[in-house]
Amino acid sequence: MTDSLLARLSPPAVEKDLSGAVVDTFTTTAGPLGDVLVASSAEGVTYLRPVGDVDGFRAEYRRRLGRPLVPGTTGPSIGARTPVDLRACSSFERDVLDATASIPAGQTRPYGWVAREVGSPAAVRAVGTVLARNPVPLIVPCHRVTKSDGSLGRYMLGEEAKARLLADEGADLEGLAAFTAAGTVLVGSDSTGIACLPSCHHARRITDAHRVSFRSAAAARDAGYRGCLVCRPVWPAAR
Amino acid sequence: MSDLTDALVEDLDGGFAQVVRCYQGTLLGTALRLTGHRASAEDLTAEAFLRAFRALRDYDADRIATLELRGWLVTVLLNEHRNTIRTATRRPALSGAPLPDRPAHDPGPAEVATRADPELAAALAHLPAVQREAVVLRHVADLDVPAVAAALGVGEGTARSHVSRGLARLRTLLASHDRSAS
Repeated sequence: MTDSLLARLSPPAVEKDLSGAVVDTFTTTAGPLGDVLVASSAEGVTYLRPVGDVDGFRAEYRRRLGRPLVPGTTGPSIGARTPVDLRACSSFERDVLDATASIPAGQTRPYGWVAREVGSPAAVRAVGTVLARNPVPLIVPCHRVTKSDGSLGRYMLGEEAKARLLADEGADLEGLAAFTAAGTVLVGSDSTGIACLPSCHHARRITDAHRVSFRSAAAARDAGYRGCLVCRPVWPAAR
Repeated sequence: MSDLTDALVEDLDGGFAQVVRCYQGTLLGTALRLTGHRASAEDLTAEAFLRAFRALRDYDADRIATLELRGWLVTVLLNEHRNTIRTATRRPALSGAPLPDRPAHDPGPAEVATRADPELAAALAHLPAVQREAVVLRHVADLDVPAVAAALGVGEGTARSHVSRGLARLRTLLASHDRSAS
């Protein structure tokens, strides 16, 4: 039957290949601590884990991302500027990962700091949960988030890896550990009246003669200090 | 059981990549006729494929093996399309540009190449939804009448009548457009 309407209705020739928009790829690539398995969509890296259990990686990807994943040929280089695709995350998860990504290399922030940054200061545990299952560790630097006393705390790739990553980024781990051991969570300068988190680059510039240690933000506040505008320690309301 | 369903049972991810390559033309063409413009059609198709993949995750091998892929995928696409419209209607502020107006702009090379056919899109947009869906499923997606009926959730007689009334209405609409154009 020659019917011009039916011919007109017939599906248009499609040049476009939607595979890239639907099917993600994974490959093994070098990370700062050795090889990693990395999965990417057309938008960016969706999931990253240490090499090892490829079947487990694929099963977890299917469960968490719900997108088809096939072996690819080239992987992205892994670093802070690697584009990520966090569309599979909840908005809270995305906020937590974005706040974490804002922590400068070589510095650390407590979980409570991230919670405050995302506007849910009480959600400290929830932040810990999100970071414990960070889909893109090493790119979104969850290794820079510590316990509230400044001790490193847990890390999905192991505590040793956390220390090594921070040391490679130039963190003064011994100095930070000494503050933690002394119960110091903030350091202030008596010449500026400003208190910083110990890893803040402004804190590092305070000379020994002017350094004042605080065991809590409330103590710093009571001593007349204000929080640093760069590292933004969690600050209690004025009494 | 087809080669593709075999491939899906063997390796869901790799098999699905083949399914995408095999059916993207059908789904994209169907989506283009359902939505009337290219960008929505691509989004709708990608979303439908992902929804299909998520459904397959929970299917056992027997169920996958007996799937009639074309009809099933087109049904997933249709449901996704209906959901999109429902969401857009519920949140009118977000739907922004009215759909039927879009084909009025000059078709770019991409649209010519894919025969986006603005007049046809406008005429399709004038059909009642169920007639548009019936015509597109029957004559763009090339489903047979029982498959159209199953996708629409109606009886075969009803499906057949939606298709024929839709086609008749389309002819009238396009003819009057041609007259006013000449």
